[in-house]
Amino acid sequence: MYIIIIGGGKVGYYLSKTLLNQEHELLIIERDKRKCEALTAELGGVVQRGDGTDSLVMEEAGMARAGLVVAVTGDDEDNLMICQMAKKKFGVQRAIARINNPKNEHIFRILGIDSTVSVTDLILAQIEREIPAHSLVHLLTLREAGATFIEAQVPADSPIIGKPLRELKIPDNCVIPLVIRKGKGIIPYGETQLLAGDEVIAVTTLDQEGVLEQIFAGLSAKK
Amino acid sequence: MKVVILGCGRLGSHLARRFDREGHEVTVIDRTSESFARLGADFRGAMILGTGIDEDVMRRAGIERADAFVAVTAGDNTNAMAAQIAKLIFQVPRVIARFNDPVHEDTYHTLGLMETISPTIMGSNAIHGIVTGKFAAQEGKS
Repeated sequence: MYIIIIGGGKVGYYLSKTLLNQEHELLIIERDKRKCEALTAELGGVVQRGDGTDSLVMEEAGMARAGLVVAVTGDDEDNLMICQMAKKKFGVQRAIARINNPKNEHIFRILGIDSTVSVTDLILAQIEREIPAHSLVHLLTLREAGATFIEAQVPADSPIIGKPLRELKIPDNCVIPLVIRKGKGIIPYGETQLLAGDEVIAVTTLDQEGVLEQIFAGLSAKK
Repeated sequence: MKVVILGCGRLGSHLARRFDREGHEVTVIDRTSESFARLGADFRGAMILGTGIDEDVMRRAGIERADAFVAVTAGDNTNAMAAQIAKLIFQVPRVIARFNDPVHEDTYHTLGLMETISPTIMGSNAIHGIVTGKFAAQEGKS
């Protein structure tokens, strides 16, 4: 397949190297002269110097016969223009844009570019996987008093969902004064049932914190 | 009329002051606060600090009730993206984008940005007209 990559920075370089190894026909378009020279020295004659948003440069690159266009410059607006031109003017079927601002994914979709890769979103998703959602957040700890205020979110698959609070085996030295549901505060009582996504604020002595954590991680409530 | 202007450079600030003097409601967006000094002390419009290709920034500038949006930053692609957001997402009735580099003319037209202005082409036409005696400054507008 003929693939055109616009942007010869680090992403463009490593992408090109991998794709060349997979025996694709490839062209890199890069504006900067020195980057072009370095890329040519390393990868051979697969580099065209020019503004990737200039339709003449695109035409010279033979964009009309490209099976895939990948826009990986550092600027979201440039990547958008490139992909829009590739599709609208040159009829390229597949165009992938790198985006830096995750909010732009929505804008790109409205403007006709469905295929986007957001590095920021990828890292965020990884963070969410690495750090379990049910861990407790410490809001305030009073060391001398031996008490702590914590916040826990009820996971979507938690076995405590739908059970009245009084059945949750909450330890004696622990109170739940507030539940935040969809941004609104509820003062709970024994019959209050928790829903997925609820944020539970609890006050507990430091020694009971572990028990509370188990309840909200859904461990002790399973039996 | 409410006008939102993106880019407070020489063209943007000149335009903003002019609309302001004429009694229009003007909001100027720029990513550097120093640029707002160009508006002068008597400017009555609003100044919003931020990038113009951000929906939230545009909302803060009141784009939802704007009658016109003008994109005149130094970056042609920034102008093109901002103009598309104004037109397609916020449905602003009149959207005008400036492009500096004539090579982008074709790009702008392909994307269907109805009203584009190129001071470079207009200037070139004007000078050409003066030199040859055939004045045709309007040709930079499309």
